[in-house]
Amino acid sequence: MKRRGLRPFVLRRLWQVVPVLFGIAALNFLILQLAPGDVVDVLAGEAGAATPEYMAQLRAAFGLDRPLPVQFLHYLGNLATLDLGFSFRLNMPVLGLIMTRLPATLLLMTSALAIAVVAGSLLGVLAATRVGSWADTALSWFVLLTYAVPTFWLGLMAIVLFSAGLGWLPSGGMYTVGAGHGALAMIGDVALHLILPAVTLSTFYMAVYARLVRSSMLELYGADFIRTARAKGAGEWRITLVHAFRNALLPMVTMLAYQSASLLSGAVLVETVFSWPGLGRLAYEAIRTRDLNLLLGILFFSSVVVVLVNLLVDLLYVLIDPRVDPAGRRA
Amino acid sequence: MHRRDLMTGGFALASLPAIAQPTAPVRGGTARIVVEEPPILTSAFITTMNIGMVSSKILEGLVSYDLELKPVPALAESWETSADGLRTTFRLRQNAKWHDGQPFTSADVRFTLLEVWKKLHPFGRAVFANVTEVETPDPHTVTVVLSAPALYLFNYINTYGAQILPRHIYEGTDILKNPANSAPIGTGPFRFKEWTRGSHLILERNPDYWQAGKPYLDGIIFRFIPDAVARSVALEAGEIDVTIGSQIPVTSLRRFSDASKYTINTDDGRFLASIFLAQINVRRPHLGDRRVRQALSHAIDRAALVRLVWQGYGKPATGPIPSSVAQYYHRGNPQGFDPRRAEQLLDEAGLRRGADGKRFRINLVSGSGNSLESNRAGEFIKQSFARIGVDLELIIEDSAAYLRRVYTDGDYDIMTSSLHKLPDPTLGVQRLYWTQNIIRGAPWTNGSGYSNPELDRIMEQAASEGDLARRRALVNRWQEIVQEDAPILDLVELTWTTVSTARFRKERPQGDGMFAGLEDAWLVPAR
Repeated sequence: MKRRGLRPFVLRRLWQVVPVLFGIAALNFLILQLAPGDVVDVLAGEAGAATPEYMAQLRAAFGLDRPLPVQFLHYLGNLATLDLGFSFRLNMPVLGLIMTRLPATLLLMTSALAIAVVAGSLLGVLAATRVGSWADTALSWFVLLTYAVPTFWLGLMAIVLFSAGLGWLPSGGMYTVGAGHGALAMIGDVALHLILPAVTLSTFYMAVYARLVRSSMLELYGADFIRTARAKGAGEWRITLVHAFRNALLPMVTMLAYQSASLLSGAVLVETVFSWPGLGRLAYEAIRTRDLNLLLGILFFSSVVVVLVNLLVDLLYVLIDPRVDPAGRRA
Repeated sequence: MHRRDLMTGGFALASLPAIAQPTAPVRGGTARIVVEEPPILTSAFITTMNIGMVSSKILEGLVSYDLELKPVPALAESWETSADGLRTTFRLRQNAKWHDGQPFTSADVRFTLLEVWKKLHPFGRAVFANVTEVETPDPHTVTVVLSAPALYLFNYINTYGAQILPRHIYEGTDILKNPANSAPIGTGPFRFKEWTRGSHLILERNPDYWQAGKPYLDGIIFRFIPDAVARSVALEAGEIDVTIGSQIPVTSLRRFSDASKYTINTDDGRFLASIFLAQINVRRPHLGDRRVRQALSHAIDRAALVRLVWQGYGKPATGPIPSSVAQYYHRGNPQGFDPRRAEQLLDEAGLRRGADGKRFRINLVSGSGNSLESNRAGEFIKQSFARIGVDLELIIEDSAAYLRRVYTDGDYDIMTSSLHKLPDPTLGVQRLYWTQNIIRGAPWTNGSGYSNPELDRIMEQAASEGDLARRRALVNRWQEIVQEDAPILDLVELTWTTVSTARFRKERPQGDGMFAGLEDAWLVPAR
């Protein structure tokens, strides 16, 4: 019975995505108009000199001389046909630029999320089962620290310790350039390069999840159904994992959906520190150089990713909690 | 061996490479070099430094420059100028070939000069303005015909200023959009192989290079490491060999002071003749008064600025031309550190201290894209001005906003920047003072709004003066005038550092070493 409403649910949600994306795109476009200076200023600044005639010529070629509403309609028209335009500064189509960077960011993001979820739940469960003990206190301190320390600083310190000091891990990049690895060695090489940035990016989220899991576990330990389970003679581990933890997962999953967006923006700093060739860094450069086409393209792509992740999480609810009814009927 | 004694009075903080045992160049190996990622890989029509640092290994110019900024042969073997200064003939290398196998000829030089440098290059438009014809009597001879002498021409024809492009790839195309701009075909010691945006760029040896037996290196890997601390760590951990263009902040240079392990080269950027300066908007209240500008100049202790902010890597500037441009530098009468004189001048200008001890309030804008040092220098200047009763508000903006504010809106009192004065004042200095170059909307023009008809005449004369002695006299007078009028406060002669492992060697020191082809570079094998 619980699966019956799933298909229309997904379809309906996918339909809802369209106006959301449209709204995001419109907002992006309008907000970016507020930034002083345009890509022609940057290009001329980088070039070392330029005549006003040449700059006017560039603005005309880029369509920047047209009235704002016309530019906006043009942008929406392109977007409707999934044409993300051209980066005038980097002399490449925006879609191509994004596609070369997206895999790196997705890899970093999913690894960081996986680490955060696994380590966060583990720490949360451990702390909850030993509430009040020295282990709980130590974990609380650890979690507070990782929550409070700025990610980029943590990244830098990790580089100083593990790369410069101990020499265990590479300080940056995604793989050893020019090493000429085979496929298997390449995977190992990427994994080695991934450890520091992924762990660094995960710390903040791990801390949030650990606290969330701990508090919901503690709440659940007092719940009636746990007492019932105990009365029925279920073992302590079974109670913790099957009865309490499964329920404690719900708030964490909610948080996860919510944070997938901030994870993307958090990646900018981590990508910078670890010279990870991802989207975040590209977005930063696009802002700095007022490369609007590129920036709008990245923002659009990011919003697609975030919307899809949220949809996935909604589906995940259904799997975790049988009480959730995708069709939205009250039980 | 690097000839440090040629350094004209710079701070000799740099360490010598480890020369315990003199080593002959070794063939083989790949140098891993860190630069800031360039947007494209061709310098023929754009002066962005990081483009030049990469493209110079692939594409070449007619000459390069030695430590005294004198031209030495590159694609031009030799050259001579007629007595009237109107005809300059270059003899080209006979055995140079493009990376696709086509021969390099005088037609390539003619095409690039007339269609690319003269039309599209931001400085080339001025450098080659007097060129009326380019004659190519045979495939290896080029004669440039001028309408008036142009001595400055010889100071801007290296691979950074005037890069030669293959005519057969560019002719009849939209030059600015040619795909070869991002995958260049050159005559240089290294060929373009691969560019993974955001990560790295790979060049490989050109086996047909015109200098027999070179390059020594098998290839070059350029890596892009955006974070300064991560760059330092990568160099310390041996993951990279070289960083070009002051990629290591001066505050971290101490970690590379062990000359047995690292080399800090401070000569590679001499060609740029960069000066950190404060440009004053003379259209603003108070700042139109020369006495006020002189007072501001007297308030800044340039020696302390170099010591505290640049950690000694640099030199106090005395005027618009840095001392490394020995041919034209003139000390004149610098408005140096003298706070009492500053206060006196402000009193004379009627700007007395108020009840709160302050005279007036102005702002200073700088770009966040500028160096870390330039933002710290803003704080130094704020403190210096506070001592003479001038309240300074610091504004830091990203480059687009900063350029818009300074050059389009003119909405600022003082701006700081590091500008390249180049080895010739007609090219790098005149643009900042010339009345005709007050151009709203165009960056790096005369943004102070300063206008002096007498100076305009002197600068214009200097441009077309064919006699070196007479030209020097004009440039000397020019330096004295702008010292006196002080529309721009020249503060620090900047040093560009190349920090590398001591294993990295280069046979020939260059004043434009940032833009060296590196055919003469090699790596001492690790023990």
